Amino acid sequence: MRLPCPYCGERDSREFTYRGDAGPTRPEADEAMADYVYLRDNPLGWHKEYWLHTVCRTWLVVERNTVTHAVGTVVPARNQRAAS
Amino acid sequence: MRYSLASLLLNAVSGQSRWSPAWRSPEPAGHYDVVIVGGGGHGLATAHYLAKHHNVGRIAVIEKGYVGSGNVGRNTTIIRSNYLLPGNTAFYELSLKLWEGLEQDINFNAMVSQRGVLNLCHTDAQRDAYVRRGNAMRLNGVDAELLDADQVRAFVPFFNFDNARFPVKGGLLQKRGGTVRHDAVAWGYARAADRRGVDIIQHCEVTGLRIDKGVVTGVETTKGFIGAGKVALAGAGHSSRLAAMAGMRLPIESHVLQAFVSEALKPMIDTVVTFGAGHFYVSQSDKGGLVFGGDIDGYNSYAQRGNLPVVEDVMESAMALWPALGRVRLLRSWGGVMDMSMDGSPIIDKMPVENLYLNAGWCYGGFKATPGSGFCFAHLIANDQPHPVADRLLLDRFTRGALIDEKGVGAQPNLH
Ligand SMILES: Cc1cc2nc3c(=O)[nH]c(=O)nc-3n(C[C@H](O)[C@H](O)[C@H](O)COP(=O)(O)OP(=O)(O)OC[C@H]3O[C@@H](n4cnc5c(N)ncnc54)[C@H](O)[C@@H]3O)c2cc1C
Ligand SMILES: [Zn+2]
Repeated sequence: MRLPCPYCGERDSREFTYRGDAGPTRPEADEAMADYVYLRDNPLGWHKEYWLHTVCRTWLVVERNTVTHAVGTVVPARNQRAAS
Repeated sequence: MRYSLASLLLNAVSGQSRWSPAWRSPEPAGHYDVVIVGGGGHGLATAHYLAKHHNVGRIAVIEKGYVGSGNVGRNTTIIRSNYLLPGNTAFYELSLKLWEGLEQDINFNAMVSQRGVLNLCHTDAQRDAYVRRGNAMRLNGVDAELLDADQVRAFVPFFNFDNARFPVKGGLLQKRGGTVRHDAVAWGYARAADRRGVDIIQHCEVTGLRIDKGVVTGVETTKGFIGAGKVALAGAGHSSRLAAMAGMRLPIESHVLQAFVSEALKPMIDTVVTFGAGHFYVSQSDKGGLVFGGDIDGYNSYAQRGNLPVVEDVMESAMALWPALGRVRLLRSWGGVMDMSMDGSPIIDKMPVENLYLNAGWCYGGFKATPGSGFCFAHLIANDQPHPVADRLLLDRFTRGALIDEKGVGAQPNLH
């Protein structure tokens, strides 16, 4: 598996650290906290997830297929934050 | 037919013509009292114990592939009960005790081999952790022995003990641990359940749950609707997809774990050993292949295959511990999709939908749990009460903060 870092180009997956589902956003309410921390959609198919490019230290949001391991769009996490 | 000396002799003199199929292949009935989704080790064991110990009426196991096609036939066959935390210790010990009597119970040779499981330690801190774990085990009536470096050398003399970075300082040995032939477990439970009247329906995928005013009434399948009094989910790596059919999300991510087997060799290792400095564990099958594995790949995956970095990592660990493997050829490798839970421990519980039950979150350690899981899940389905040794393996532990996190790594499935 290779992931395209927007800054460094396509690199071996070994250079990246997986940081899980990029979907959940931290809630205001305490009651929603357990959901946020523990529950996941865990889809079969396309999944938006965080990867840290350990080399350039950029957090990325990678769209990846959990069946084929194909990679779709990759954006720096900070851009996604700004957009949402 | 019951397997016995008499059945062997009868077939020996009749040209092996009197054997009957190990289980039937019935068409699904319109309705069952209990429908179990998933014909892996856990689903089949559940069916066996339900039929044997509980009077629940007609039971079916619905499997989308064939019996043994999931993780039950893909794992590295290790069984043990060397757990630290309340909630796990008693549960896995019950499971190990059930393994000890399994073959008589199901009248099937599963090649249960208590050849010992030895966890090596390489630092003082790791030894301290093993002392703690070993003591917790012994306090719970589980066997555990702490070996020093010389005792490890005497037990398994062929490792690289003086590796400058990872010297072997000792190990925690559970002699009652070992290996079991995994396919035989699937086949044996399937046959035993079938002999008690359970319908095992293969090549039939559950595509939806029919839920009426908060009560589950059956399953939609590729062979049509099947009505059910109770529905029990045991889909291992696909648990999240099954829960989604009831509109629920689980504290689970699906991850792929790889395993490896070498060409057949003369006997090299007569126990199970885990390397404590990398992630590598190894045993030898009766056919002679070295069976080994390592870490999960580490990202969500429903693919029954992994990537090369883990292959390389496992081989490096193997070479660090056991340089003699350098000239051994790898025969095969494969992957299985597992339900990695948020605290690394499993779930056996009722779901918020009435008459719907969940067995999930077994991570990479669910094979050893097969008998215990089936036993406790059957108890829950029949009595609507958790079995006492499984009464902490509940879904609400995540909201209550009562996690069972053996490794202490937090809500990161890929680190458990
Ligand atoms: C490579 C590898 C090595 C492992 N090594 C060990 C080990 O050494 N020791 C240990 O204790 N554990 C080990 N494990 C873990 C262990 O194999 C699993 O935790 C355990 O087998 C899971 O339970 P199961 O046997 O019921 O799963 P499975 O055999 O996967 O059964 C689940 C079944 O559900 C079926 N299913 C799913 N969805 C549907 C549907 N919609 N409709 C119908 N059927 C469905 C699947 O087809 C599957 O057959 C390992 C796992 C892997 C992948
Ligand atoms: Zn980069």
